Amino acid sequence: MPLVALRGVSKRFGNGTLAVRDVDLDLAAGEFVSLLGPSGCGKSTLLRMIAGLGAPSAGTIAWPGRDEKATGPGRDLGFVFQDPTLMPWANALANVMLPLTLQRLPRAEAEQRAAAMLALVGLKGFETSYPRELSGGMKMRVSIARALVMRPRILLMDEPFAALDEITRHRLNDDLLALWAQERFTAVFVTHSVFESVYLSQRIVVMAARPGRIIADLPVDAAYPRDDLFRTSGEYAHLCRIASGKLKEAIGP
Amino acid sequence: MSAPEDTLAREAAAAEALPVPAEPRFLGLPVSIWPRILAPLVIGVLVLALWELAVRWNDVPPYVLPGPLLVGRTLVEDWATLSASLWVTLRITFLALAAAILIGVALAVLFSQSKWLEMALLPYAIVLQVTPIVAIAPLIIIWADDIDLSLLICAWIVAFFPILSNTILGLSAADHNLVNLFELYGASRWQTLRYLKLPAALPYFLAGLKVSGGLALIGAVVAEFVAGTGGNASGLAYRILEAGYQLKIPRVFAALAMISLSGVAIFLATSLISHLLLRRWHETALRREN
Repeated sequence: MPLVALRGVSKRFGNGTLAVRDVDLDLAAGEFVSLLGPSGCGKSTLLRMIAGLGAPSAGTIAWPGRDEKATGPGRDLGFVFQDPTLMPWANALANVMLPLTLQRLPRAEAEQRAAAMLALVGLKGFETSYPRELSGGMKMRVSIARALVMRPRILLMDEPFAALDEITRHRLNDDLLALWAQERFTAVFVTHSVFESVYLSQRIVVMAARPGRIIADLPVDAAYPRDDLFRTSGEYAHLCRIASGKLKEAIGP
Repeated sequence: MSAPEDTLAREAAAAEALPVPAEPRFLGLPVSIWPRILAPLVIGVLVLALWELAVRWNDVPPYVLPGPLLVGRTLVEDWATLSASLWVTLRITFLALAAAILIGVALAVLFSQSKWLEMALLPYAIVLQVTPIVAIAPLIIIWADDIDLSLLICAWIVAFFPILSNTILGLSAADHNLVNLFELYGASRWQTLRYLKLPAALPYFLAGLKVSGGLALIGAVVAEFVAGTGGNASGLAYRILEAGYQLKIPRVFAALAMISLSGVAIFLATSLISHLLLRRWHETALRREN
């Protein structure tokens, strides 16, 4: 039984653009899936619809395993935007606490859980720092900690590392994989980078634009943990070549 | 995720080990602050000196233009009367400002909750704002029995609009993705207001407050001019009118100086409040070192 099942999902915006057309997609519990495609292929729109931000114009998004009464809104779902999207007036701890605060958890417990999550993303000691005092990579870590503080079953990420420099991005990729291995959430990672999608995921869903649709579903059969050795291996290069070919198809002539 | 933790902690430790370049201080204030205090002070003293000299050399009679020394002496001699009047004017000013904050913020919050209410009422707030207060002050004075109340209403009308319009703007200025995030976590209206919209509106509200502080004083003075109340419990504007009739021009200047200084003090106070509230997070309150 999949965690999420999309059937015939389409999205047409108010201006008439068909952003997503007829998408069928199953996401299994615990898997790491990348949505790869050129800009404008509807991958972000698809991700937001899975999150419940904007209903599909047609089709259904079902959560077969979800107990609505036990979960409630936002309880088993974490979302990371392309920008860290932190509250500038709140320190790192308060930012991570936000989902717990909104669920009206007792303050002491919320603080404790948020502090533990900050430590898990490598920001122990930065609890009282304000977003403006943190680097881009550190802000993204806070954003990931906030998304994971509810221990969600699924983590949706919308090009989270696109704005970061390559060194920071590599480090965050590794740390994301370590978190995934530890917390066992389902990860859906939107990206336009072939290399990032191959490095991270078990499965790459390639999308094409105008209208946004799925054109390939590639398995990435490489073992975890993945590290720099994997990044320089022939296997990695081979997988990148396949994914690149599909992406080229997606972009068209 | 032990690797980054180590590295980040090491980076932070290394950063702390670096000596912070301490700025030399003079009389307890950082050296870089002094020009900002001294430059306007020098200009002020220079202009006052030139004024005094011009008055003396040309034998200008004090009922046309008193020199600053005479104004200063009048200020000291008439302090009892003038300070009592200052207190009356300031009381109206601060009450009007408080009412402007309360009603301005309350209306802005109400408008943010109901677009219908905003569409229905905002045009009238604008009408109130663009109508010259001198033109409606006589009406208000007729309608309100109590003279203090009518002064308060006039000052409030002038002061409340910047707070209202800025807070309305601020309440809708929250990051769109943050709004989405609150929606995702099932935040209630009240939670969204308290944890997102109000903090996001704070810098805008404070910008409005800076403007409104000065406007409340102007409103109070203008209304006093129109009302022209006499007696002991009258404000600085009445003292100016009274002294003008009696050709006590130095006293006019002394009262004017008190009004200006009060306005400056209100501006400095609201700026300080704004700085203290925003210094940890808002761009306008940050000092850039590069």
